[in-house]
Amino acid sequence: MATTTAPGLRLSSLPPATGRAGLVGALRSEFTKLRSVRSTYWTIAALFIVSVGIAAIAGFAIANSIHNNPANKASIDATQASLLAFFEFGQLIIAVLGALAITSEYSTAMIRTSLTAMPRRGTVFAAKLIVFTTVALIVSLITSFVAFFVGQAAMSGSGVGASLFHSVTIPRNAIQQGPTGPVTFSGTIVISPGTVLTAIIGTALLVTAVALIAFALGAIIRHTAGAICAVIGLMFVLPIIVAVLPNTWRWDIMRFFPDAAGRVLTVTIGQQNQHLWSAWPQFGVTLIWAAVLIAVGAYLFRKRDA
Amino acid sequence: MIEVRGLTKRYGTKVAVNDLTFGIEPGKVTGFLGPNGAGKTTTMRLILGLDYADAGSVSVDGKPYRELAYPMREVGALLDAKAVHGGRSAYNHLLCLAQTNNLPKSRVGEVLELVGLSEVARKRSKGFSLGMSQRLGIAGTLLGDPQVLMFDEPVNGLDPEGILWIRNLMKALAAEGRTVFVSSHLMAEMEHTADSLIVIGKGKLIADCTMSEFIARSSGAAVRVRTPSPDQLVLAIAAKGGTATADGDGTLLVRGMTLDTVGDIAFENEIRLHELSIMRASLEEAFMELTADSVEYHAGIPGAAPGNVPGAPANIGSGV
Repeated sequence: MATTTAPGLRLSSLPPATGRAGLVGALRSEFTKLRSVRSTYWTIAALFIVSVGIAAIAGFAIANSIHNNPANKASIDATQASLLAFFEFGQLIIAVLGALAITSEYSTAMIRTSLTAMPRRGTVFAAKLIVFTTVALIVSLITSFVAFFVGQAAMSGSGVGASLFHSVTIPRNAIQQGPTGPVTFSGTIVISPGTVLTAIIGTALLVTAVALIAFALGAIIRHTAGAICAVIGLMFVLPIIVAVLPNTWRWDIMRFFPDAAGRVLTVTIGQQNQHLWSAWPQFGVTLIWAAVLIAVGAYLFRKRDA
Repeated sequence: MIEVRGLTKRYGTKVAVNDLTFGIEPGKVTGFLGPNGAGKTTTMRLILGLDYADAGSVSVDGKPYRELAYPMREVGALLDAKAVHGGRSAYNHLLCLAQTNNLPKSRVGEVLELVGLSEVARKRSKGFSLGMSQRLGIAGTLLGDPQVLMFDEPVNGLDPEGILWIRNLMKALAAEGRTVFVSSHLMAEMEHTADSLIVIGKGKLIADCTMSEFIARSSGAAVRVRTPSPDQLVLAIAAKGGTATADGDGTLLVRGMTLDTVGDIAFENEIRLHELSIMRASLEEAFMELTADSVEYHAGIPGAAPGNVPGAPANIGSGV
């Protein structure tokens, strides 16, 4: 490292410049940034292990409880059981990745180097958004499907479950004659493969949308801890605050919050909350939140001093 | 090449850059001087579009920086060597910069070789010393083979070896006909490298001239004479149109004539001399004199009021 002599500037000449620096180069650059830091891999690994691991545990727990008491077979939403951890914890973990995609540039001051190399900020922001959305979506879809299959495998043989390939019929109600008496079931619920597929994909999309909300809050707040706190506030604390409001009208408010979609998207046994819209309109609400926050983030990213 | 016109930037109520106008000419090293807090970094950030000016404009080759087709091919700027993601390897850091300007991948290896970081290319930059970080930053500025290079306080905190390396690099870059715009709060640093100077204080332009003009302009340029008969010499010098002032201990400071002339006058008048030397204000003093009124925070050093620093024999040009 002790080269004190004058550096001989013998660099090969560059190919002649054509066109101008634009989105394609920015996309390549942002992908390099994302794949070249360890936090990306740690976060994705944590997302996968937590989501799939808890799906397996939940599957075993269901199988065990049915083994102990057959009455527990009634109205088991096996799909939701496999996706719940991915939805509840996964959205938090991927929110960290989303926030970091922007805030790590500010915490390390890399943003100044990035914007010196590529001063067209709209392009930089768009490239970040596209690369992050693509990665988050792929990771979410894979995690969602794997969590489902692992969760189902864990509860196989228990008499309940869900399948992507055929309809599954489970009992609706259980009546037990005395504490240890025989169990009889009445009514059935038919879970179609289409419903299951909708839940798996819908949950992955919802988790991606939450990741985008985190990304946008990262652009607005420019501080990792601040952005993650804001996501937790929006997705977890706000619903609790609203939950203490009078039952007569709180649902009219709750359906406008980004977390509400989670209450309907993961459900496959037809017990949707009557106060909320159906799955896709409710997901639309979350998407609108993401879109508005991203627009604000993009505006501030362009307008503020870096 | 770089034109700054009426540039003004306020942070809250504080004016960081105040109606600054100057141009940076191609093909030479221009030193950008000012005390700490004078607005040098802010000016550089404004040139690069990192901050937005409240008034005025900046153009690089006639265009705002953000409209350059390939910014890295025209300007290589290093404002802060630590402005990198420490978790990323040196190679990947440079790669993600090169990709934004569609520069070939092979370029990354070349600039790493040039700055002597090839061996640590795959190491995360978190563990780099300041000197190594500085080299990494400079490697980044050279990726696009730009004609204009901008460095903000590049030798700050470096060891003597690192300082020498940077100094030689700047000379090598200028020797290739590139424009180098380098800021410093140390005049001594500029003495050895800069052809031109832009001096600012409290965000305002104080001087925009060549290095030799700057030296000539400084009030301290004088001939120092020590003689047992000062009164006689004062008269003789006055007769030839010079001015001599007593500097204590029989020492005179002569202004308005060269060393040779003063020697000749003494010889012609048979005045005994014990000392005859050139006393040129070092650049540091000239600089301090110029910026005395604009230093942001004065340290209260007794007997050393800014702008009134006792002269010392010049040692210009002996530093390298």
